Amino acid sequence: MIPARLTYNIYKPCACKNKKALQVITMDKKEEILKLLEGDARLTAAEIAKAVGLSEEEVDKAIAELEKSGVIRKYKTVINWEKLGREKVAALIDVKITPEREHGYDAIAERIMRFPEVKNLYLVSGMYDLSVLVEGNTMKEVATFVAEKLAPLPQVTSTTTHFILKKYKEDGDMLYDGEELRRLAVSP
Amino acid sequence: MMRDKIARRVTQVPPSGIRKFFDLVANVEGVISLGVGEPDFITPWHIREACIYSLERGYTMYTSNYGLPELREEIALATRRDYRIDYSPENEVLVTVGVSEAFDLAIRALVNPGEEVLIPEPSYVAYKPCTIFAGGIPVSVPTRAEDEFKLLPEQLEAKVTPRSKVLVLNYPNNPTGATMSKRDLEAIADVVVEHDLVVISDEIYDKLTYEGKHVPFAALNGMRERCIYLNGFSKSYAMTGWRIGYALGEAEVIEAMMKIHQYAMLCAPIMSQKAALEALRRGNSAVEEMRQEYNRRRRLIVKRLREAGLECFEPKGAFYVFPSIASTGMSSEEFAERLLREEKVAVVPGNAFGEGGEGHVRMAYAASLRDINEAMSRLERFLSR
Repeated sequence: MIPARLTYNIYKPCACKNKKALQVITMDKKEEILKLLEGDARLTAAEIAKAVGLSEEEVDKAIAELEKSGVIRKYKTVINWEKLGREKVAALIDVKITPEREHGYDAIAERIMRFPEVKNLYLVSGMYDLSVLVEGNTMKEVATFVAEKLAPLPQVTSTTTHFILKKYKEDGDMLYDGEELRRLAVSP
Repeated sequence: MMRDKIARRVTQVPPSGIRKFFDLVANVEGVISLGVGEPDFITPWHIREACIYSLERGYTMYTSNYGLPELREEIALATRRDYRIDYSPENEVLVTVGVSEAFDLAIRALVNPGEEVLIPEPSYVAYKPCTIFAGGIPVSVPTRAEDEFKLLPEQLEAKVTPRSKVLVLNYPNNPTGATMSKRDLEAIADVVVEHDLVVISDEIYDKLTYEGKHVPFAALNGMRERCIYLNGFSKSYAMTGWRIGYALGEAEVIEAMMKIHQYAMLCAPIMSQKAALEALRRGNSAVEEMRQEYNRRRRLIVKRLREAGLECFEPKGAFYVFPSIASTGMSSEEFAERLLREEKVAVVPGNAFGEGGEGHVRMAYAASLRDINEAMSRLERFLSR
């Protein structure tokens, strides 16, 4: 289910009432809309419409469909919390699991992912089975979560906790200002 | 003291209109610039990384005058793959310091004093001065907005004289964004053959076309031997500062260009050559991504210009729009200066690109969607005064 959008500061549907027949929106156009929103979720329908060559109504309709079908999961903001001085503690935890008959890893994974402390959860190949990213306010909070919630689960045979010391890049965005465009203001 | 000593062929060339405008813009703060003739992408990281690696490995020496053999090989391969034109990497490919150098070499290799060089206008700012520096005589061939700034055979024919030797083509075009289809080019090729002209075709924007497939002039029947085909990495791979391009042509003319290049330049910088090699080998997906992004911006800016009430033909290539500002009653310089002072949007006055450019301004959409939107809102405000 998609949480309600904060319509005042993210992608805004157009206010047009004119719901005339809309053409079928091609996969290419949908992909273009998604790329634009992925880069900047605050673009308005009007802005997107002009950039992809559709009407505002068509863009609204396409986005509504993409939301409904779950292609668009939600609209988020990439935040460098460190810059604000509000540091969170995160740890990557390698978890070894004994898989269960009939369920494999799914049952235990579903159990683990429900904890709000768990930010990311992947089943991986190699030396261990689940890779869990846990976030908390303090180191102690994270450690307690591992000791009291994660490690005691009967299917979990071992955990190795790696605290994250510095974040360089997250979800494809570099969290530093080292690179900038340095163009002349006017050039031939 | 030196002032009186400067050669006439230099003093006769007026200072660049773009340069003049650059100085104006530099003094205003908070400007959104649509006046920049280069991508707003930083060179893709894998290309930069390959250059760094080559430096670590000690590639800091001269290369062959023609350029690194493996780069020439790759250029020939890409040209064959993309356009089915064959050039021998042995002696028909010359790696240059940008297309700028390649153009200068081509003109100097071809033009005797007093011979005429036909230049469709509006045109890129370097063709005319380079022709004059080489002792040639530039002849403007005006193209028109109502023809989407395509060069028509009758327009060319009208300017041909017994002294005509070279025709310069630049499609997709800076500053208009015009493109020429295969059929359009074939009509020009007929005139070229009839008057025994040679063509210097600067196709630096070939990867940035938005409708139809780009056709190099040299790909036309019988044109390979009449054409010096210029291309480079600046625009397609966002590598302007690397200064790296190339010229393709028959061995004799490439050798003639190489003769000048070997004494004036020796070779293109090896680190740029190494980066270009990486660009050709692994850069294609980045180019396509950038092209798609330019295309979205192109649609946006054309639409908003028209909404703002400016007449604007839809450009099919490069990253420029060239709207008419005739409806405002202002000259292009006046328009650009007032837009800069009153709304802090920088555009380049059309007269910087030759006589045919008056009544237009060039806007580059190599800027973020957000900046384009903001610039267009300011433009609307400016026009409604």
